[in-house]
Amino acid sequence: MLPMETKIIHFFRSVYFLYYDGFINMKVGKTLWLLIAIKLFVMFAILKWLFFPDVLQERFDNDAQRGQYILQQLTQEK
Amino acid sequence: MEHTDLLVDWSRAQFALTALYHWLFVPLTLGLTFIVAIMETIYVKTGDPKWKTTTKYWMGLLAINFAIGLATGIIMEFEFGTNWSNYSWIVGDIFGAPLAIEGLMAFFMESTFFAVMFFGWEKVSKKMHLTSTWLVAIGSNLSALWILIANGWMQHPVGMHFNPDTARNEMQNFSEVIFNPNAVSKFLHTVSSGYVLASLFVLGISAWYMLKKRDIAFARRSAIVASSFGLIASLYLVTTGDQSAHDVALTQPMKLAAMEGLYDGEKRAGIIAFGVLNSAKTISNDLDPFIASVEIPGALSFLGYHNINAFVPGINDLMNGNNKRGIISIPEKMKLGKIAVASLGAYKNFKKAKDTEHAAEALKVFQAHQKYMGYGYLKKPEDAVPSIALSFYSFHTMVGLGSWFIILFIISLYYTMTHEMHNKRWLQYLALFTIPFGYVAQEAGWITAEAGRQPWAIQDLLPVGMATSNVATTSVMITFWLFAVLFTGLLIAEVKIMLTQIKSGPEGH
Repeated sequence: MLPMETKIIHFFRSVYFLYYDGFINMKVGKTLWLLIAIKLFVMFAILKWLFFPDVLQERFDNDAQRGQYILQQLTQEK
Repeated sequence: MEHTDLLVDWSRAQFALTALYHWLFVPLTLGLTFIVAIMETIYVKTGDPKWKTTTKYWMGLLAINFAIGLATGIIMEFEFGTNWSNYSWIVGDIFGAPLAIEGLMAFFMESTFFAVMFFGWEKVSKKMHLTSTWLVAIGSNLSALWILIANGWMQHPVGMHFNPDTARNEMQNFSEVIFNPNAVSKFLHTVSSGYVLASLFVLGISAWYMLKKRDIAFARRSAIVASSFGLIASLYLVTTGDQSAHDVALTQPMKLAAMEGLYDGEKRAGIIAFGVLNSAKTISNDLDPFIASVEIPGALSFLGYHNINAFVPGINDLMNGNNKRGIISIPEKMKLGKIAVASLGAYKNFKKAKDTEHAAEALKVFQAHQKYMGYGYLKKPEDAVPSIALSFYSFHTMVGLGSWFIILFIISLYYTMTHEMHNKRWLQYLALFTIPFGYVAQEAGWITAEAGRQPWAIQDLLPVGMATSNVATTSVMITFWLFAVLFTGLLIAEVKIMLTQIKSGPEGH
């Protein structure tokens, strides 16, 4: 019987090599990862940052103000 | 800035564009995960390495679809914060829990079991690998569950309480939200449609191999699984569709009337099996709604209420009211809705002035009229009616194609079981050319569900015009086109990579 500590180390080594070997031996997967990276970059670093601010977060400091603003919209008060 | 119709239209168009593109990728993942799990189960049971090759091949195509579709749904979350901030605020507490569970589930499932499924063939035992594949299938479908619970709530809001001080809906009963009949039927109908699409995809590509006279044994193996799984799924799809229509009849009668182009309600209402709408027909004239139609008598009453003699209200009944049937007219609902809006305003002002007595009275009036609140924002009664043409044609396209898929699966199952499919070129062509129609049916289903419930962002409570943010219309227009370019690029990439993989064949993986 292996001691618990050795078993844990062995488990994490196996998990590490599962991913490591998996990524190293990928064929079409490398193209896909590149595509995923480009896509996420475009989405988060360009689209989200430049075009998609969280309107209520930016315009108001706290939830009380946000709630009041929405109430104002719902009650159609100018 | 004011809410303008143009802003609302562009915000809706942008959301529809992203959702429709996102929905090109999701259903294939939902179904293909189950198909590879079935194939791998056969491999583990039989020990035949050919089934391992077959499983790995389809797993490769699943990986491509998954990678390209990954995170396309996140764009919708961006849009919630920017274009639909009023809506996001109002639903926040209801959406928060299901979406947080979905996020956590997707993250843990995708980072662990997906990795074992793709990388673990030679690293873990056969049983462990098979378990991971099944967990990916179940997990990806459960992931869809939480999104569809949130969507089901928008179609039929239950289990919540509107807090007039914070303008937010607060969850009162979590189990009412997750067992909302609309959510349950929507989930089952949506995932089973994904199984059908994936079956069509596998069958169509298998047919392509047969047409090219290559990898015939592999193609036959795949076609058997696709045909049998597809047939079971498409028959199940009929039952979930029936339940879905029943829920729509009970909670969104205007949507059902629009889906069938039914203007005047009737007992033993029929379903239009085939019809061409009369474009000159409006609510205010007496023209025939159809230029040509073939009707199945009593079928709509049965579909909607599970009773062939049931009365199905038409658009005119819902618009003008029907005392005999206890239906309140839209103008009346608008009056009640305006009382709700005004009393909410009064409550807010009395509260601000610290006049608790009048605030309590105003709150009582608001709560008594709250269920009509959304109607108070409509500019004219006709705004309560969705596009009849869009609802009718999308619904009938979905149903018509769904019927065709059942026939195709029956034929292909018969010929694969009798070892004759590889000789039937007509069937191979039919299977191949049906793949795009699987996608058309998926998109038509989305349009039926979402365009059919207009003008509501939240049924009866919040019309889309009140759900949008006060942002510049031009900014929404710019991002619409940016998404159109981005998603089209992704789609082209997917098709290109897929085609390369398909051409390389099962041995090339």
